[in-house]
Amino acid sequence: MSWELFWLLVEASGLTILYSAISIAIGFLLASGICAAMLSAHRGAATAGRLFVSFFRGTPLLIQLLLVYYLLPKIGLNVSSEIAAILALSLCTAAYQAEILRGGFQSVPKGLIEAADMCGLSAFSTFRRIRLPVAVRLTLPALTSEAIMLLKSSSLISVVGVVELTTMAKDLASSTYQPLPIFAAAGLVYLIINLVVAGFGRLAERAAKRGHA
Amino acid sequence: MSIVPAIRVRGVVKRFADLEVLSGIDLDVPRGHVTCLLGPSGSGKSTLLRCVAFLEETSDGFIEIDGEPLGYGLGPDAKRMRLAASSIRAVRSKIGMVFQQFNLWPHMTALGNVAEALVTVRRLSRRQANEQAMAQLEKVGLSQRASHYPGELSGGQQQRVAIARALALEPRIMLFDEPTSSLDPELTGEVLNVMRSLAETGMTMLVVTHEIGFAASVATKIVFLDHGRLLVEGAPGDVFSKPRHPRIDQFLDTYLDRGAAGLI
Repeated sequence: MSWELFWLLVEASGLTILYSAISIAIGFLLASGICAAMLSAHRGAATAGRLFVSFFRGTPLLIQLLLVYYLLPKIGLNVSSEIAAILALSLCTAAYQAEILRGGFQSVPKGLIEAADMCGLSAFSTFRRIRLPVAVRLTLPALTSEAIMLLKSSSLISVVGVVELTTMAKDLASSTYQPLPIFAAAGLVYLIINLVVAGFGRLAERAAKRGHA
Repeated sequence: MSIVPAIRVRGVVKRFADLEVLSGIDLDVPRGHVTCLLGPSGSGKSTLLRCVAFLEETSDGFIEIDGEPLGYGLGPDAKRMRLAASSIRAVRSKIGMVFQQFNLWPHMTALGNVAEALVTVRRLSRRQANEQAMAQLEKVGLSQRASHYPGELSGGQQQRVAIARALALEPRIMLFDEPTSSLDPELTGEVLNVMRSLAETGMTMLVVTHEIGFAASVATKIVFLDHGRLLVEGAPGDVFSKPRHPRIDQFLDTYLDRGAAGLI
């Protein structure tokens, strides 16, 4: 396999990183809302949050992807396959991230909140200064894992024709008749990206960990 | 002593589901003195302290801080009525609380913990808040540890930071919920010393503790709870000297066994 082919894979991995990063970011925003809904006292909101999570955790991403891809045109939304793919990835990771965040918020020790109450912090200050930073610290390892899972799952979007690392690998494999070296190289590129993501995750954890007992 | 006590507890009842933890407590905590709440585990002493801070909702009765009702007051129809959150926060601001588990915020340094409410509640500038926080840390002998995170401090140091955090807000009353119970024996001394010097400044203190020696030597009033009722209250000399109430005898025996004999 030539460097030229390898370089094509690296270039395509840029799109994998782009789609994944956008989906993780949108997913985090959605997850914050879903988590807030699940933890809220409003029963309807809590039920809606739980339904969302059980659907998107309980069905395969590939099915979700195809559903979104075929459903959007049916309801009059003619969006590109890239947008459909990002939407499906975002919804799926939102469900997982919402569960991770919910666990994080529920693990914030009650005593930290009581200390904030006794110091006169408002509910908003307590959320912003105590609950959120502590919950994020507690969930950093799980959020890093989720980012890695999503990056790998993004290979599925090749089925709706979005160009990214796996699509490129498939195309090259069939045009060069060298499937083995090409898929091995694609796997290597995924591995390198995820090692970098894991490294960033560890750095963030270490920065946050200084205070841990 | 003025006529209005620092803390007035009247007919306080606390139930958890079917379990009655406090069965009608009446108590006056005098201003400028140290009052110690003693009693066996499950006697309701920590629950009472938490009710005084309104960290627990009382099921019945009233609590007044400096003559102002906390949590529940009398409504226009003379019925017990939950007060507004703003009133609870205002009355609570007179109280500083120290917890058994310290409850320092783990993502902030010692200085950050003490300065936090000065910035977010008192609206001081970060620089002013840090200066005041540093002065408080100095008082508990920890200015050298200002930039350490709670996880980098010993239990005794963490508890002293927690005391500094409460004192920074200039409370009129300090509540201590078993402040040395989760500390190794060799670390309790440094916390008790800080509490002793605080008592000498005339701070009103209500302390739930198992440190009989501290109670006997520092408190001016001992309150003994048993099964959610106030069993005995009085000066340490009266409560501890013989003849004693049989429940107190029994309670003290456990501690005398543990080598506290010389302290009483």
